[in-house]
Amino acid sequence: MYKVYHRIERIAGSVITVKAEGVAYQELAQVTSGQGISLARVNRIDGDMVDLQVFAGSRGISTESQVRFFGKPMDTPFGDSLLGRVFTGAGVPRDNGPLIEENSVPIGGPSVNPSKRIVPTRMVRTGIPMIDVFNTLVVSQKLPIFSVAGEPYNQLLARIALQAEVDVIVLGGMGLKFDDYLYLKDFLEKNGALSRSVMFVHTASDPIVECMLVPDVALAVAEQFATKGKNVLVLLTDMTNFADALKEIAITMEQIPSNRGYPGDLYSQLASRYEKAVDFEGSGSITILAVTTMPGDDVTHPVPDNTGYITEGQFYLRKGRIEPFGSLSRLKQQVNGKTRSDHRTIANTMIQLYASFRETLEKQSMGFRMSGWDQKVLKYGERFEKEMMDLSVNIPLERALDLCWIILADCFNPEETGIPSKLINEYWPKKG
Amino acid sequence: MATNGKIIGVNGNLIRVAFTDAVVQNEVAYAKLASGVKLKSEVIRIRGDYAELQVFEDTTGLKTGDDVEFTGELLSVELGPGLLTQIFDGLQNPLPRLATECGFFLQRGKYLHALPRRKKWTFTPVAKVGDKLTAGETLGTVPEGIFKHRIMVPFKIQGSVTVESILAEGDYVIDDVIATLKDSEGKIIEAKMSQFWPIKIPIKQYAERLRPDEPMVTQQRIIDTFFPVARGGTYCIPGPFGAGKTVLQQLTSRYADVDIVIFAACGERAGEVVETLREFPDLLDPRTGKSLMERTLIICNTSSMPVAAREASVYTGVTLAEYYRQMGLNVLLLADSTSRWAQALREMSGRLEEIPGEEAFPAYLESVIASFYERGGVVRLKDGTKGSVTIGGTVSPAGGNFEEPVTQATLKVVGAFHGLSRERSDQRRFPAIHPLDSWSKYEGIIDVAKVSAARHILVEGGEVNQMMKVVGEEGTSMEDFVVYLKSEYLDAVYLQQDAYNDIDSACSAERQKYLFGKVFQILKTPMTFKEKDVARSFFLKLTQITKDWNRIEFQSQEFKNLEVQIFKSVAEAEIHV
Ligand SMILES: Nc1ncnc2c1ncn2[C@@H]1O[C@H](COP(=O)(O)OP(=O)(O)O)[C@@H](O)[C@H]1O
Ligand SMILES: [Mg+2]
Repeated sequence: MYKVYHRIERIAGSVITVKAEGVAYQELAQVTSGQGISLARVNRIDGDMVDLQVFAGSRGISTESQVRFFGKPMDTPFGDSLLGRVFTGAGVPRDNGPLIEENSVPIGGPSVNPSKRIVPTRMVRTGIPMIDVFNTLVVSQKLPIFSVAGEPYNQLLARIALQAEVDVIVLGGMGLKFDDYLYLKDFLEKNGALSRSVMFVHTASDPIVECMLVPDVALAVAEQFATKGKNVLVLLTDMTNFADALKEIAITMEQIPSNRGYPGDLYSQLASRYEKAVDFEGSGSITILAVTTMPGDDVTHPVPDNTGYITEGQFYLRKGRIEPFGSLSRLKQQVNGKTRSDHRTIANTMIQLYASFRETLEKQSMGFRMSGWDQKVLKYGERFEKEMMDLSVNIPLERALDLCWIILADCFNPEETGIPSKLINEYWPKKG
Repeated sequence: MATNGKIIGVNGNLIRVAFTDAVVQNEVAYAKLASGVKLKSEVIRIRGDYAELQVFEDTTGLKTGDDVEFTGELLSVELGPGLLTQIFDGLQNPLPRLATECGFFLQRGKYLHALPRRKKWTFTPVAKVGDKLTAGETLGTVPEGIFKHRIMVPFKIQGSVTVESILAEGDYVIDDVIATLKDSEGKIIEAKMSQFWPIKIPIKQYAERLRPDEPMVTQQRIIDTFFPVARGGTYCIPGPFGAGKTVLQQLTSRYADVDIVIFAACGERAGEVVETLREFPDLLDPRTGKSLMERTLIICNTSSMPVAAREASVYTGVTLAEYYRQMGLNVLLLADSTSRWAQALREMSGRLEEIPGEEAFPAYLESVIASFYERGGVVRLKDGTKGSVTIGGTVSPAGGNFEEPVTQATLKVVGAFHGLSRERSDQRRFPAIHPLDSWSKYEGIIDVAKVSAARHILVEGGEVNQMMKVVGEEGTSMEDFVVYLKSEYLDAVYLQQDAYNDIDSACSAERQKYLFGKVFQILKTPMTFKEKDVARSFFLKLTQITKDWNRIEFQSQEFKNLEVQIFKSVAEAEIHV
């Protein structure tokens, strides 16, 4: 019943062109060649010429290879049997488990009606003061870790995933190093979280089109769990590899690049994935924590730049610490007004003083005399870095806030902090 | 004159359609999926026997040979009572009603009427039989919430018409014919309470355009005092991500002294719109005592919604703004972010394979931006009353660099520039409007000479700060050091404003004048100190109590007490000559 074509007109990159009739935009097809079988997807139609992205790439495809159209767009199986399993971006098991074919759901579906969204109000506790105190993570937030290659971002991702109290973890790996894939899998397994996880993994050596599919498949599955009342955490690492896959395919398709070779719709492409984060009224939620590595540690690079405009903040990971500057949780004010009355003020004050510390360090490095104030600030900054910023610190929010007051009182007089007098009276540690 | 066509190509949301009869540039068409669902599209280029259309929906499933129906109508919005308080998508579909029909997710091809059809409005005629009127003149009024909504002679009527009949006072639905009008050729035109107008054509049924010369108070000190916006003026807020563009617009939508606020969320986060639409109904507008929602209208085409409709959304927003201006109202249109609209143009231009300009934006970007901001303005209507549309757009420059096409094109046409700085937002100095780089061509609420003196202190303080980085604190004179501390003081207690404090978040014009007077007096007070550390801790303390002062209700007893305390401590630092 499926139409089969035997003549391929053009082959370039991972895109092939066939002459075919009645084929729909985004339709799924199967390409059979000497190299085996691969899925493919229609991404341009010009009269009867149909361009397809071949998931496994075009290597080994001949002009005589066979293309069979399925008459429907791409979908993914869904069900509880996915839990504990690992798949490729194309949905093929990577773990020697059985193929799952139940209950197909479409991928890349429509977006949530904004009027059905609710204002998020639930804090995700991570035990990391740089997050809990200064940039609180919130259920349904979409937030990337901006990092240079080589930083322990996957470790941080895994740690937050474990600490967060969620029903389901969906991991989307893009261009993962094989070691990192094994690390994440072992970490979840060791900590008993694998049975509530699903993994869609594309490793650095897998075909590029599959990389592009990972977020869509992962998010489609997450959406299904969430509409069934589950709180889902989606981990996407590394979104820069996803963007690079988009770039590669756009160039193959001869699209005009806008910025450093990336296609003009990079923003929309990233946004349509990140915007899947949601808190459904009367149902579950999707929280997205991603990794965006910054080529050359450059935050103005198109991938982190576009990402920053889309996501609800970002954590900068640098030298093994979450940097206070540039890190942001845009949703923090939804929750930090209700945690403790000093939370917001402490967060602002500590950061402002830390900014003074950085300035003072600069002055010190230029050999200027350190005034009495400078000495105070230096003492403060060192303690802040050691007792707050160090990633090994793992304490609940309330203890972290108490610790902030202790550090402030050890370094400053109350009025030097600029904290409103009311809070000083309530929280400033009494001497003796 | 409905033409039919057939799809001959699909590339993303661009389709190529072969047609036989006539096709109009920018007319609306519907592409028909095999399932029967019709996808709204717009003709954007015509070439011989085929036209290129942008589809306002996901095009998955469209095929060569699928039918396309042309409508002959330009992309239009419906204008009439019942627009306010609504939440529309970029094509004016009411989102809450879509949700009632379709649930959590948007459904492509589902289009609903913008205005409720069965709701009755109490119509009071103003025009009488025999009156000679022109487009935009009032036939009657209906109450819409807190406003008197004018029902006007349809805008597309040319020349003058005579009122043949008009309904008596009573309750009618918007599809009722409320008046019949006869044009100069004797043709009878039926006027209803609602009419349609193409979004890309400005509504110009007024007597004349005036110069924007009245300030629009936003209750943000740095804006009203230093970089004011005029009613009917235009301004832009460029800034890197996280610098505070959206928060600033949210504050403005809440506190700006205008009758109506239209918020066009264009290609940004859905969650941010949700904050507005969930919070506004419960917030009281102190000007009217009614819910803030009653003066608000939201156009919501967020980043994951179809890209082509993003471009339409800013035009939909400005058309609705112009419509209310025709009623003698002051309307503020906020667009967040105009860069997303420019990117939508770029995506489409790329698919059309046009010759790209800088950063692949189309060559006509500048003129498109200019003609959009041109739709703002103060006008004198035909009945002598005034109305205005003020436009404020955010710009999201790639890499936070203002030397990019969208920012540059915008700066050429707007009357005020509120440039947000990464440095200031990193330091949590909000609103992060750069006090030295920003500018405004409009008049504000405070004496220009004093404002420029205050600005001068900021400049000098900044220079001292730069110098100190080279020569150190020890190499800086006490006099210079005090200038630096004064500029930091002005920054902390006046330029910065706490958006999350109930009182400080909005500073009325009256309070600004008062506060500015006092702060100015302190800045002008000559002061000297024995040591720099003494000077610093004096100013830290002064900053703290002045900030406390900002967080207290204006002219309350506590306010007065703190004022006394502030000036007592200033007196101690003053040099007595
Ligand atoms: N006026 C303000 N007062 C306090 N915090 C602010 C203010 N403006 C912005 N912020 C902080 O900065 C974050 C980002 O602001 P936002 O307006 O979303 O940035 P942008 O739209 O420029 O990306 C907010 O979530 C908030 O934490
Ligand atoms: Mg924003």
